[in-house]
Amino acid sequence: MTTKKKISAASAVDVVPKGTNDVWVYTDIVKEHFFHPKNLVMDASAMKGYDGLGMVGSPACGDMMKIWIKVDKKDDRLQEMKWQTFGCGSAIAATSMLSVMVTENGGMKIAQALSIKPQDITKRLGDLPTRKIHCSVLGDKALRSAINNYFIKSHQKDRVVKEQVRIIDKAANVTDHDIEEAVLEGAQTLEAVQKKTKVGVGNPEVIPEVEQLIRFYTEKYFG
Amino acid sequence: MKKNIYLDHASTTPTDPRVVKAMEPYWTKYYGNPSSLYQLGLQSKNAITLARVKISQLLDCQADELIFTGGGTESINLALKGVLQKNPGAHFITSSIEHHAVLHTADTLKKLGHSVSILPVDDQGFIRLEDIEKAIKDNTKLISIMIANNEIGVIQDIQKIGALIEKINRERIAKGLPIIYFHTDACQAGGTLDLNVKKLHVDLLTINGSKVYGPKGVGALYMKTGTNLGPIIDGGGQEKNIRSGTENVPGIVGLATALELAHQSQTKENARLIKLRDKLIKEILAIIPKTRLNGHPSQRLPNNVNISILDIEGEAMLLYLDEIGIQASTGSACTSTTLDPSHVIRALGCPYEVAHGSMRFTLGKATTEDDIDYVIKHLPKIVDHLRHASPVRVDMDEVAKAIKNAPRQIIEL
Repeated sequence: MTTKKKISAASAVDVVPKGTNDVWVYTDIVKEHFFHPKNLVMDASAMKGYDGLGMVGSPACGDMMKIWIKVDKKDDRLQEMKWQTFGCGSAIAATSMLSVMVTENGGMKIAQALSIKPQDITKRLGDLPTRKIHCSVLGDKALRSAINNYFIKSHQKDRVVKEQVRIIDKAANVTDHDIEEAVLEGAQTLEAVQKKTKVGVGNPEVIPEVEQLIRFYTEKYFG
Repeated sequence: MKKNIYLDHASTTPTDPRVVKAMEPYWTKYYGNPSSLYQLGLQSKNAITLARVKISQLLDCQADELIFTGGGTESINLALKGVLQKNPGAHFITSSIEHHAVLHTADTLKKLGHSVSILPVDDQGFIRLEDIEKAIKDNTKLISIMIANNEIGVIQDIQKIGALIEKINRERIAKGLPIIYFHTDACQAGGTLDLNVKKLHVDLLTINGSKVYGPKGVGALYMKTGTNLGPIIDGGGQEKNIRSGTENVPGIVGLATALELAHQSQTKENARLIKLRDKLIKEILAIIPKTRLNGHPSQRLPNNVNISILDIEGEAMLLYLDEIGIQASTGSACTSTTLDPSHVIRALGCPYEVAHGSMRFTLGKATTEDDIDYVIKHLPKIVDHLRHASPVRVDMDEVAKAIKNAPRQIIEL
């Protein structure tokens, strides 16, 4: 007797529409890292003997990340990356994946780890819903912050990488970083970015530059 | 077998099989257009008339004071835009905890040249009468305040607010000022509260099917005789020229049946839900440290539990709960399309982190005490796991202070 595998009506509906990834569907890899996070710290008080510690975000904005690293000094490679996060499924999965990426195959060279982009992580996760990309960008920042902390602690101050911040609108005190954040939060038009940042509202002469930055960051994260 | 505990009835309810049965003949047997004069059309027309009478009895209004719409959101849009299009440049008052159907419509009204005032609420979600009086201007034409909130379940004293507006209207008539219409969004209350429009002193009231075990995509607007309101959908002139479009006959029959069924079991079912609700609230607050009930402990919908669990994020909780078969909802930004956390929890004066960690469990007809026990058994373990993994330690005293010191001002759009 043969039985045909039946597809339930519900699962048949749960299809990703073509040409869009704007859906609430997590890939199996994301789920695996969410439900079984790798290198997660369950007791921060037990964390001793690490070489660098980084923390970014705040609970108010919905994401906060803390990263501990151990470094193979001779080889300038990351040996361990442990982490904690206050964040949603994407944030947890992305940080877990990042910790795997930088420690697999004998550990990643520090120079290479510094250049990891959020897209590198989402690619390994097999993509995230567009609206959730925002949640995956804290991991690489927290990692850079931990590496900088290691540079300072190990007297290599010349290697510290500063996050570049440039004032775009003096009156509104808006930086390129603020515009990047606004784009990540889904603002992809001048009007939407202005609603979040007030950039150029009193200083219309900066608007062409703002528009350029919106295009740049939109392509960087969503292109 | 994997558990399937649905605790998101404020989002939508399953359609009652008796409702489905009542609707059934109107798909293939009595499919006529109610506007047609032959037998098939009359059968459809009669079905609508009967539904109208049934609902009007529940609301204690005239049958011709009901306009059927395509759902609650449309009914709200009709009430707000319908009144204000007749009054160019008029002033509209609403509250900071309304559904987006009201608040986003308020944004549109502002763009159309109207002015809008948004009332604050206190730390439990209540609108203060003095704020309503303060917000009223000479050109105020409409006030919209929901009877029961979809997120925190808080029940406003609509009767008192309605009576106040009536009193103010008497003074305004004497002064030669335009009278103010009062609308209430009762979508969440259709199955549980008394919606007698005379007792509530409302001119406009919105109900819908999808929250009362009825069909989705059908609602109604009660419109007191004499309320001057224009259409937002033009066409064949159905529903007294207020809502054109061929009537959704099965939907309307379903809505009336659902409301009728809910009314029949209301007292008994409410008592049962309140018992389960209070147990869930009490146990979560007792077992899980650093938790906070959002809204009032008893002046809330019988099926609504909304608790903020600090130091962790709602979507992560939601995914873990889903994995063990519990379906709930969160006010976290991570599940919203705007990436902003719940405006309702924020309006209580709660800091962002409290909104990000809010969980809503809304009970329903099928919810049993075993279901509640299952949540009470598993939720603490999930919270404990996520808290261990979280670097955040929010200070409860700081939260209390922030709520106490929250600015509670009327916002003028």
